[in-house]
Amino acid sequence: MNDRLWNVIVDSFPKLLEYGLKATIPLTILSFALALVIAVAVALIQYAQVKPLLPVCRFYIWLIRGTPLLVQLYVVFYVLPEIGILLDAFPVAVIVFGFNEGAYMAETIRGSLESVSVGQMEAGYCVGLNYMQTMAHIVLPQAFRTAFPALSNSLISMLKGTSLASTITVREMLTEAKIINGRVLETGGLYVEVAVIYLAFCTLLTWLQHVLERRLARHGGTVK
Amino acid sequence: MMLEAKNVHKRFNGAEVLRGIDLQVEKGDVVAILGPSGSGKTTFLRCLNFLERADEGELVFEGVHYPMATATRQQIAQLRKKTAFVFQNYNLFLNKTVLQNVTLGLTVAGKMKKAEAKEIAIAALTRVGMAGKLDSYPSQLSGGQQQRVAIARGLASSPDIIFFDEPTSALDPELIGEVLAIMRELAREGMTMLVVTHEMDFARNVSNRVMFMEGGRVIESGPSGQFFSAPKEERSREFIRTILRQE
Ligand SMILES: Nc1ncnc2c1ncn2[C@@H]1O[C@H](COP(=O)(O)OP(=O)(O)OP(=O)(O)O)[C@@H](O)[C@H]1O
Ligand SMILES: [Mg+2]
Repeated sequence: MNDRLWNVIVDSFPKLLEYGLKATIPLTILSFALALVIAVAVALIQYAQVKPLLPVCRFYIWLIRGTPLLVQLYVVFYVLPEIGILLDAFPVAVIVFGFNEGAYMAETIRGSLESVSVGQMEAGYCVGLNYMQTMAHIVLPQAFRTAFPALSNSLISMLKGTSLASTITVREMLTEAKIINGRVLETGGLYVEVAVIYLAFCTLLTWLQHVLERRLARHGGTVK
Repeated sequence: MMLEAKNVHKRFNGAEVLRGIDLQVEKGDVVAILGPSGSGKTTFLRCLNFLERADEGELVFEGVHYPMATATRQQIAQLRKKTAFVFQNYNLFLNKTVLQNVTLGLTVAGKMKKAEAKEIAIAALTRVGMAGKLDSYPSQLSGGQQQRVAIARGLASSPDIIFFDEPTSALDPELIGEVLAIMRELAREGMTMLVVTHEMDFARNVSNRVMFMEGGRVIESGPSGQFFSAPKEERSREFIRTILRQE
């Protein structure tokens, strides 16, 4: 490796990390929080068969799963202003990532809810709990435990996916790399550096996932 | 009369599974519900606790009338306060400890203070010999232990009647005894129980009454001594013969 490349990498590292921490991570957290809220709501509507809302949920999942994420970003970013809604790029990214991953996570959570045996629900009724209480104390916690590994995967894939926000002018880690790259004309090397930082973030999340999974397993043993 | 069910009908997608069941239970009765597989025993028991909705029938429990096809949510909640249900496969709450399994109904449904609920739960768990496993999770217990906790969970709310649906059928043979012993003890203490069972020993020696079902109908019902020594119906005789041959 030549000295110039090495210097560029070392000099750019603080800037890239800074944008990783102040843009990529918040973007991931906010989008994931939104996705989780949407996913739980959609999954509960389907699980509880809330008739009037079922078609809405089905349409939403169909729409999201049938179109590419990048196209969804473009559509929202370029079409909203034309109908008079002016939003910054960052909130647009949060909304698109949230709604996108929310559709997949809804399916995960719905599957987990349905994997809780009806006997758990019936036992809840028999000790005097009502529907809401049984859901809150018995069914949802068990479903969450089942869904946890898949939800962790969603979080990790979302973290990587936020790099797409660079295409709609959000200033995050990859955008920053592009900017620096344009200045120093050091194609390639900087992107390897960005990849390494993503890798570090994801490794951290994977480690966190394992720690939490072990803790969940201790509280309740294995759920059959 | 503590409990009376009249003319209970139930169909599953057109197939009539219960064809007019009548049952009368006095306080302190232990009624064994017998019958071949598919005769509707489980369905009948579930209808009594509204886990299944009967299409027709009337339930009178402690003087209160419940139209079985149309009872409201409030009526059902009121009935369930006074009853307990023990399932064939235990159905302990898998995400709760033994202690939490027993206290949950008391604290959440009964709005009882934690400390008070814990006291009651420990007393109930002591009755079934499970007070030493308060912090275990169901997955860490044997089937027999799980069923004993399930019985304690039922006892905790001081029900007036307990419904058992084949409480020992899912158990390994060597674990059946520990559960039956607890049920025998409950019977001795005067608990009113409705027990769907294939344990003829229990039906003969613990229950005081038998209801024999087949094809969604009651074929014969009466004192258990009489049912086993002098069954009135040919079908009852056949059933007893087959069961005895298997044993
Ligand atoms: N949820 C259901 N949907 C459709 N049919 C059902 C349902 N539950 C029970 N049945 C049918 O109703 C009939 C009676 O079933 P039930 O479980 O009450 O019998 P059982 O006497 O308890 O039998 P077993 O001794 O095998 O437990 C059976 O033919 C069964 O297939
Ligand atoms: Mg049955």
